[in-house]
Amino acid sequence: MSKMSKIFTTPLLKNNPITVQVLGICSCLAVTAQLKPALVMAISVTVVVALANLIISCLRNTIPPRIRIIVQLVVVSALVILVNQVLMAFVYDVSKQLSVYVGLIITNCIVMGRLEAFAMSRKPMESLMDGIGNGLGYGIILVILGFVRELFGSGTLFGYPVMEKLGLYKIGYENNGLVIMAPMALILVGVIIWIQRTKDKDLLED
Amino acid sequence: MKNFSNKYIFIYSAALVAVVAVILSVVAMGLKDRQNANVRNEKMQTLLAAINVNCSRDEAADLYNQYFDSELTVATDGSVVSVYNVKDGKLEEGDVRAFDIKLKEQQNLEKAGQKGAFPVYLFTKDGRKGYVIPTQGNGLWGAIFSNIALDEDFNTIIGVTFSHESETPGLGAEITTQKFQAPFVGKQILDENGQVISIAVKKNADANGMHEVDAITGGTMTSNGVNEMLATNLMRYQKFIDATRTAPAAEEAMVENAIEEEVSNE
Repeated sequence: MSKMSKIFTTPLLKNNPITVQVLGICSCLAVTAQLKPALVMAISVTVVVALANLIISCLRNTIPPRIRIIVQLVVVSALVILVNQVLMAFVYDVSKQLSVYVGLIITNCIVMGRLEAFAMSRKPMESLMDGIGNGLGYGIILVILGFVRELFGSGTLFGYPVMEKLGLYKIGYENNGLVIMAPMALILVGVIIWIQRTKDKDLLED
Repeated sequence: MKNFSNKYIFIYSAALVAVVAVILSVVAMGLKDRQNANVRNEKMQTLLAAINVNCSRDEAADLYNQYFDSELTVATDGSVVSVYNVKDGKLEEGDVRAFDIKLKEQQNLEKAGQKGAFPVYLFTKDGRKGYVIPTQGNGLWGAIFSNIALDEDFNTIIGVTFSHESETPGLGAEITTQKFQAPFVGKQILDENGQVISIAVKKNADANGMHEVDAITGGTMTSNGVNEMLATNLMRYQKFIDATRTAPAAEEAMVENAIEEEVSNE
């Protein structure tokens, strides 16, 4: 496997930001009650991490180490505000649903984590791939959670009434309110981590 | 690790911030119109929802023009400050469109002892005229809003919408649900003497009571906020309601007279 594609694929599974690095849990509990905001959040974070990684990597030799965190924060904040403005203009409903969580991408540990651990010391193209990989790795988990929670919590997918069309309500099926609550997202993340560690013995700690 | 001089650090950070500021302002300016349009359409959507017309945000502008006739702003002394004709898109009186009024600003003006102007939206649905009154108040954690749609008698509620900034999900935030809002329909905001007595949100409300609805379990503070909001906001329209309620009666009397005259002429 070439170096580039390895940088891209490790964060998807082997070094997944949520299930392995255990970063970005807060937002992944908050925005996954429905599939659409989960997807938009995934795309937003991917865009922010990728671009922040790219920009910081390009600037890495000019950034004075003493103020590097501030520089990283300025870049990340600027990108997040851009994303927020675009969401407000083009997908207003989703931006209302995400509300404060868009702003909180700034403090999403994945973004700062990747900048410090990767972009400050690698070439721009590698950093870009690493950013996209981590964003998508985060996104995969968000979309899985959003899918399960919307389907079993509200009986819909992207707002389309799946369960109703299947006629399940007529035979006594009911939506599970617990699935919409944040704790259920945490339980689901736990289940995903469990499955992943059963399949991949390398991830087991002693 | 390279060494950077203090001078370099200062210039570097200043330049970085300047570049970022320019980029952000350009984007913010460029997208402003679109964002404002979204906010306006949403406002229209909630006004339409109050008169039981449910639509997507994109359809809101067209449907708003279809159902709403005019927007008035009225002062607490009952005088009409401005009239905006929705169908023609023209401001007929005054200098501000009711739709653009920020309730909070007017409420602050009033608090400061000045004269505020408050919006009333006039609509026609299924051949019946009616009025929508927007309100704003404070819940437990932040602002709460509602639109109260009244029948042509300016008394009977035909629909309400409630929304909030940050009430507790599952408790106070339940004011946005049908379960809370549906009982408002058919209630009356005026007592038998035509005085505004608003609608009280309270525990174990009498379903047949004309002026009360059931509160939300566990959402006492928000319920109190709703009470306060409805009462203070609706009271402001007392004089305007008086004037409007007597005017149609006068008109009807004139029509009756005219008919009588015709009859007697024959």
